[in-house]
Amino acid sequence: MTTGGPAVGSVAVARTPGAGAVLGFARRHPVGAAGAAVIAAMALVAVLAPLLVPYDPLAPDYGAMLARPGPAHWLGTDAFGRDVLSRIVWGARTALSVGFAAALVGATLGAIVGVAGAYFGGLVDLLVERVVDILLSFPLIILALAVVASLGNGVGTVILAITVPMVPRCARVIRSSALAIRRAPYVDAARAAGYGHARIILRHMLPNVMAPYLIMVTAFMGQAILLEASLSFLGLGVAEPTPAWGLMLKGAAVDFAETAPWLALFPGLAISLAVLAFNLFGDSLRDALDPKLRTP
Amino acid sequence: MLRYVLKRLLLMLPTLAGVAVLVFVLMRVLPGDIVELRFAGESSFASKAALDLERGRLGLDAPLWRQFARWIGGLVRLDFGRSLWTGGPISREIALRFQLSLEVAVLATAVAVLLAVPLGLLAAVRQDTWVDYAVRLFSIAGLAVPSFWLGILLILGLLVAFGWLPPIEFTPVYVSPWRNLAQLVWPALAVGYRYSAVATRMMRSAMLEVLREDYVRTARAKGLWPRLVLWRHAVRNAMLPVFTVIVLEFAFLIGGLVVTEQVFNLNGLGLLFVESIAHRDYTLTQALVLLVAVITVLANFVADLVYVWLDPRIRYA
Repeated sequence: MTTGGPAVGSVAVARTPGAGAVLGFARRHPVGAAGAAVIAAMALVAVLAPLLVPYDPLAPDYGAMLARPGPAHWLGTDAFGRDVLSRIVWGARTALSVGFAAALVGATLGAIVGVAGAYFGGLVDLLVERVVDILLSFPLIILALAVVASLGNGVGTVILAITVPMVPRCARVIRSSALAIRRAPYVDAARAAGYGHARIILRHMLPNVMAPYLIMVTAFMGQAILLEASLSFLGLGVAEPTPAWGLMLKGAAVDFAETAPWLALFPGLAISLAVLAFNLFGDSLRDALDPKLRTP
Repeated sequence: MLRYVLKRLLLMLPTLAGVAVLVFVLMRVLPGDIVELRFAGESSFASKAALDLERGRLGLDAPLWRQFARWIGGLVRLDFGRSLWTGGPISREIALRFQLSLEVAVLATAVAVLLAVPLGLLAAVRQDTWVDYAVRLFSIAGLAVPSFWLGILLILGLLVAFGWLPPIEFTPVYVSPWRNLAQLVWPALAVGYRYSAVATRMMRSAMLEVLREDYVRTARAKGLWPRLVLWRHAVRNAMLPVFTVIVLEFAFLIGGLVVTEQVFNLNGLGLLFVESIAHRDYTLTQALVLLVAVITVLANFVADLVYVWLDPRIRYA
């Protein structure tokens, strides 16, 4: 809701938060703010990866295979002599971009479907509900496996594979929020003013389910990172030699468990830290945005 | 109540039918089929005619609607058909793996309940003390740590500390409960931690809610022994939502342990899933997906039913 048009009944819920709001959030939810700080740091590291890392994450060094963590390689090297720290830093790019894209697309599609179901009601709603039911009882990993099996490995495929199962989960939550808005007078007013369905859904209803939407996006981010790591670990996600945390665990971890335990340790720590940060931030965001959902 | 049960049972049918259609179509949309995979694998120059002959033998040359009808017709008679890949009856292929997956799920549930109930209870009773913070940290970490990584660490730890690895071959519990446990307790721990995190958080918030209820205050006011109030009035009611979480997670575990099974070299349903899709074993994948869908739908139903049954405030016509 930025420009033009008679803003019939549009309720300004989703204002962009100013600096004051951010500070307020940080004071009331220090733990969530810490999570956000970790996320920001990770994003920064991911963006600046080429400048930060001491080694090329893809370049093998056969003179330094399975080197212990030390001054030359802070977190050691893998079986090809590739620097683990550099690969973890570059892996943050993969994890964050896959997580962000999948969560954003999945939650957005889910929100549109959920709001549309609530808005149209009747047969459309019934249909949406049934399809959501079907997708939710469909094993999540199978959807992902099917996508990868038909499109092959790669970052784009992984994003799609993770997005698909998120849509019904988001649709269900958003639908129940949108049902309440559907009965709000301003929606009737917009219809009386003769606006089309698409405009009412996108301009009048979607902005008002922003709170649950944002909560879903952050919750999905952590889950998407976990899923990406799982898929890559299975060999169904990002393909070698792209640096990805799950893939790093797959390659070396079990085979070199005794000789090179750092290979199993550090990528897992990176995954856990990233997911933890998103969960902490997501929890606090939920408390801040939706007092009804607050866990006491 | 009976009407409600019947209605819910009937509502499952369209969902399951949708799942059946979806998996049937999905499998056939995937590029390649089992005949191609099998013969391409041997880099032989099988003629097109030979491939078609094999397709005919497997019944893959029939029109899609007839293949679908044949499958559903078998299901109605509880006949899942035969695996395209091994040729064995699917019911037997699945039964072997189901035993293992079910056991891991049961053990993981035990781990989760044993952790979640006391921890959640403790955190709620000692709200905003260091006990509460420690429990919350423990459980939110459980949601962040990937189970398969925890599994790797467990294996590593066992190897480094005892120079010992869990047995790889599955021993049924009735053959040797000790060997059986020695293999399955580790994946159950790895998965159970995450599972317990979900349940602990639910237990804590449910307890906090219940402890603020009027009937708990009344019970305290009339001078009941605090421990009795806690257990009889509070815990019993707080267990309701926890039970729901446990049932739903349990259903998920049966077919969802693909990665953990990989780490521990377990030959369970998850691995069968991956293999059946990789082989384009249509009949087996279809049966597996439908099985998991039935378990999921039933778990949801049971969770709702128990809610209605245990909570006198909820009544459905």
